[in-house]
Amino acid sequence: MSGGRLIPRDRDAHPVAHDLNYKTSVTRSPSMPLLSLESTPTEESGPRFGHSDLGPLDHDLIRNWTGGKENAVGERILVHGRVLDEQGRGLPGSLVEVWQANAGGRYRHKMDGYLAPLDPHFGGAGRCLTDESGQYAFMTIKPGAYPWPNRGNDWRPAHIHFSLFGASFGQRLITQMYFEGDPLIDRCPIAHTIKDRSQIDRLVAPLDMSRSRPLDHLAYRFDIVLRGRRQSYFENRPEGL
Amino acid sequence: MVQKLVTHSETASQTAGPYVHIGLMPTHAGNSSTFETELGVSPILGGAKGSPIEISGQVLDATGNPMLDAVIESWQADAQGLFPGQQGADRNVKGFCRFAIDPQTERFTLKTIKPGPVALPEGGEQSPHIALWIVARGINIGLSTRVYFEDADVDQDPVLRRVQPRERLQTLKAKPLGGGAYNFDVRLQGPNETVFLDM
Repeated sequence: MSGGRLIPRDRDAHPVAHDLNYKTSVTRSPSMPLLSLESTPTEESGPRFGHSDLGPLDHDLIRNWTGGKENAVGERILVHGRVLDEQGRGLPGSLVEVWQANAGGRYRHKMDGYLAPLDPHFGGAGRCLTDESGQYAFMTIKPGAYPWPNRGNDWRPAHIHFSLFGASFGQRLITQMYFEGDPLIDRCPIAHTIKDRSQIDRLVAPLDMSRSRPLDHLAYRFDIVLRGRRQSYFENRPEGL
Repeated sequence: MVQKLVTHSETASQTAGPYVHIGLMPTHAGNSSTFETELGVSPILGGAKGSPIEISGQVLDATGNPMLDAVIESWQADAQGLFPGQQGADRNVKGFCRFAIDPQTERFTLKTIKPGPVALPEGGEQSPHIALWIVARGINIGLSTRVYFEDADVDQDPVLRRVQPRERLQTLKAKPLGGGAYNFDVRLQGPNETVFLDM
């Protein structure tokens, strides 16, 4: 444990808990106020994971379901970016987990009954650790949009679910990455549980031709910011000085 | 005009959705071959010091229906109140666990050891507790709460002292059932709504 208290969460930067347009949230959102307190060692510590926890293909969703024998169907993409904290520092060695639908918009989950078929070569989950500067990268296929039972005709924009650990349990975050140019983002009641438009925009990954590989794959960049730690110049030396 | 304040505000949360298991707990989703090693299967290794306990319960929505799709993560100290990574911490306590709802029993179960009280840097201590983080379809930002123990001394705990109205305190206390078993239900909304934390 190093550093000070976690910076309090700006709840306005996050979705509202209760949103009539996302119907399931209505019965799954607390109605009483949250109890806001300064973080304690419980929130300031957290699980750490190492390379020995991961397999060699865990970061490659195109090939990991078949153990590298086959390639999944779909538009091949590299998804990469940096995990930072609110001070702009990269978070090294932190776990990033992703899951997604296949190119037809179907999840490999026993509860998904959408009529698009499963791809026998695609599982839809991956994970990796950030490097010393907080960078991560996955190879995957671009997921398809899919319909879901909510309002009369709601469709999810193409998205990849991200789970982030950072370095402490109080930084824990799950979010979704969307793709530049997708017209379904503006119609999506889940994206619009976030009421600050600029916060939605920050979930939309731009095409990044600098990391695309000719005749192989496109690339999208998605940076993620987790909560930071407050520093007191009067109590202890700031990290890195 | 003033200097531009350069900040990086936190990325917005989004719901984990109904298919969260394929990413975090693939075996629960029927995809056991996804990863060689699943993470957070148990918070303890053999030889962990302390009293073995088993906490089980339901996650209930506003209508009282058990939520079968929730995923819960727990984080705790060892029997001495030290977190993994702290000097002197029990190496057999990993502290972190992930668990889902059993579709047959509609309950979750966490098998662990009872954590010790956690010393605070400013003095005083927190009563023994386990932090929980709950995600599911319909939960737009993960819900944080804590499991305390009804059969432990919790009067001086700085978090519990702040709970208002005081009747809500009981929502944070696991009820002993004997033999190290405890019941802890999480109610997302409505009567006896669990106290959720923003820390």
